[in-house]
Amino acid sequence: MLDYRLSDETESLRTTVREFAQEVIAPQIGEFYERDEFPTQIVRQMGELGLFGLPFPEEYGGAGGTYFDLCVALEELARVDSSMAITVEAGVSLGAMPIFRFGTEEQKQEWLPRLCTGEALGAFGLTEPGGGSDAGATRTTARLEDGHWVINGSKAFITNSGTDLTQLVIVTAVTGTRPDGGKEISAIIVPSGTPGFVVGQRYSKVGWNASDTRELSFTDVRVPEENLVGERGRGYAQFLSILDEGRIAISALSVGLAQGCVDESVKYAGEREAFGQVIGKNQAIQFMIADMEVRASTARLAYYRAAEKMLRGEPFKREASIAKLYSSEVAMDNARYATQVHGGYGFMNDFPVGRFYRDAKILEIGEGTSEVQRMLIARDLGIG
Amino acid sequence: MNIVVLVKQVPDSGSERKLDPADNTVARASADNVINEMDEYAIEEALLVRDREGGEVTVLTVGPDSATDAIRKALSMGADKAVHVVDDAIHGSCAVQTSGVIAAALQQLEYDLVLCGAEATDAQLSVMPALVAERLNIPQLSGARKLTVEGGMAKIERQTDGGYWAVEAPLPAIVSTWDTINEPRYPSFKGIMAAKKKPVETKTLADLGLDAGSVGLANATSKVLDFAGRPPKGEGVKVVDEGDGAQKFVDFLASQKIV
Ligand SMILES: Cc1cc2nc3c(=O)[nH]c(=O)nc-3n(C[C@H](O)[C@H](O)[C@H](O)COP(=O)(O)OP(=O)(O)OC[C@H]3O[C@@H](n4cnc5c(N)ncnc54)[C@H](O)[C@@H]3O)c2cc1C
Ligand SMILES: Cc1cc2nc3c(=O)[nH]c(=O)nc-3n(C[C@H](O)[C@H](O)[C@H](O)COP(=O)(O)OP(=O)(O)OC[C@H]3O[C@@H](n4cnc5c(N)ncnc54)[C@H](O)[C@@H]3O)c2cc1C
Repeated sequence: MLDYRLSDETESLRTTVREFAQEVIAPQIGEFYERDEFPTQIVRQMGELGLFGLPFPEEYGGAGGTYFDLCVALEELARVDSSMAITVEAGVSLGAMPIFRFGTEEQKQEWLPRLCTGEALGAFGLTEPGGGSDAGATRTTARLEDGHWVINGSKAFITNSGTDLTQLVIVTAVTGTRPDGGKEISAIIVPSGTPGFVVGQRYSKVGWNASDTRELSFTDVRVPEENLVGERGRGYAQFLSILDEGRIAISALSVGLAQGCVDESVKYAGEREAFGQVIGKNQAIQFMIADMEVRASTARLAYYRAAEKMLRGEPFKREASIAKLYSSEVAMDNARYATQVHGGYGFMNDFPVGRFYRDAKILEIGEGTSEVQRMLIARDLGIG
Repeated sequence: MNIVVLVKQVPDSGSERKLDPADNTVARASADNVINEMDEYAIEEALLVRDREGGEVTVLTVGPDSATDAIRKALSMGADKAVHVVDDAIHGSCAVQTSGVIAAALQQLEYDLVLCGAEATDAQLSVMPALVAERLNIPQLSGARKLTVEGGMAKIERQTDGGYWAVEAPLPAIVSTWDTINEPRYPSFKGIMAAKKKPVETKTLADLGLDAGSVGLANATSKVLDFAGRPPKGEGVKVVDEGDGAQKFVDFLASQKIV
């Protein structure tokens, strides 16, 4: 059986998020982007829509949907704006999901209801100034001292970590040595405002400018022992599985950007005139746009396939890497061509494609670079 | 408080809309159909009144099978249940006939308040509230930009070009709303999931005790005899300013009877 039609509910969700993105986000996001400002009010409205609770059960304040529903919503957000899409992605998939998957009942009760409504925003701190791809090289440490973890170290590029809504960051830290001599890495919840936990200034970024990204430092930060997420020493394996899912979400976000490039290019090619006719009459332009559509649609199939395997409970690691790798490169290609279709206006910040161009590159880097995806796929094929 | 909202599905006013040359009726099957925009405000207002006063919101739609999409959206926003009148014989009905169907359906429901949009974006007649009020012999409060319900009365601010009139009527009454009255909510995913389980009752003309002869294109009170596309936009007039630009500009406005 092969059936990639959306259910009525998922289709309604898609339409609703599309309307919201076009009516609420599109008219104002450019200004926030220009000012490097996090639009707290829009994020609250996304919370009211239930976007932050999409894949969580109702008993924790969620909407009772699936991870695929989340992906479809992310695609529609990114079709209009990636900063808002990544805010939801990082909040749900990185900030809340580890607690839902591996947390204790108390942790779920304490955090999920707030995170599901968007009243609170979560972040996930894995990358360090010294490196992100090699997650095993984590240097941040946490040692147990009279019932508390004492955390020291720093984290780099952490999404959602310093907004007005942020209430926690889940950090990975070395908590000891494994029997085989390797580092024992665990994940620990650090509530915002804990003494010694300093949230740095926002980075000046090339793209995703309306999303919040900061450097974090931890100096003798003490949190209760119960803030450990999941089993001690299983942190590494657990966050790797969180990242596998996250890749499907980043893929959906990339497809959204790639599709947004098609939308904008079709519109512009039908309006802009050169040499006495609309530029869309030129086959060179038509073919560029046709190819963009081909890439966006095939990339969508890649993430649908990965999500389908995940929802069926089958191994999906390879499919998630394929989807993430392919669709992020597709997003980059489409952004380049969409900008070309727009000529000089494509290089202006007040045209959506200008934003798409700046937002595309990070997709090939965040949540596992393209090289890391290729490594994973090759490893899964039994080479290397 | 039992509130019924009249909801019409219309071709999206943002996309190309066509008439079907076979019988000169709106080509609904090929259109991108959506809830009539003004009706979303009526639904929102019904939900607000219900949340203040208690009771239930019922959505009433007369329209083809595909109108279930409009119903589902209204239920996703938070309405409690729906009645969908579907009958092939209704195709091509005029406003007068449609109001007869709506009134008959309302008579089978309990209602204290009927809400509807102030106009539908397809036919733009703005007559439905008046027709329904007349048939049910209840007061009509049309064109509301604000609604309060208290002490068995509905009070509205009836929007006018220069301000508003304060108008009130005893319940049951029908109130039509403009887009100034509120800001309709987006359905949440929880609402979308919940809508699946809400009751939608489908009724035919026979269920309403109506005769097929009372509706339909053949017996409509108005008929579209012919139609033509909008003429293409003419070339604009270019005014070259040779010191008399302002005068030419004013002359042009005068020739178009704009000033
Ligand atoms: C805007 C933004 C938001 C982010 N949000 C978060 C967040 O919320 N949480 C978080 O934890 N991190 C976050 N990150 C960090 C991101 O995940 C990392 O930047 C990414 O994983 C790459 O790590 P790195 O920057 O340290 O690059 P490095 O690991 O130093 O890699 C540099 C280059 O070397 C390549 N490379 C590395 N190892 C190999 C190898 N073995 N073979 C071949 N090539 C290799 C890489 O592919 C890359 O091209 C964010 C980053 C940005 C820019
Ligand atoms: C099944 C069907 C087929 C039709 N076919 C054609 C056609 O082929 N060609 C054509 O030209 N016209 C057709 N009509 C439209 C019809 O002629 C009337 O114009 C229309 O129902 C009322 O006028 P209006 O839409 O301008 O309403 P208005 O008076 O502008 O609407 C005011 C409000 O009344 C309510 N309302 C109006 N209609 C309905 C409804 N059907 N159900 C629930 N609430 C409603 C809504 O709240 C609306 O906002 C059809 C109508 C129906 C129901």
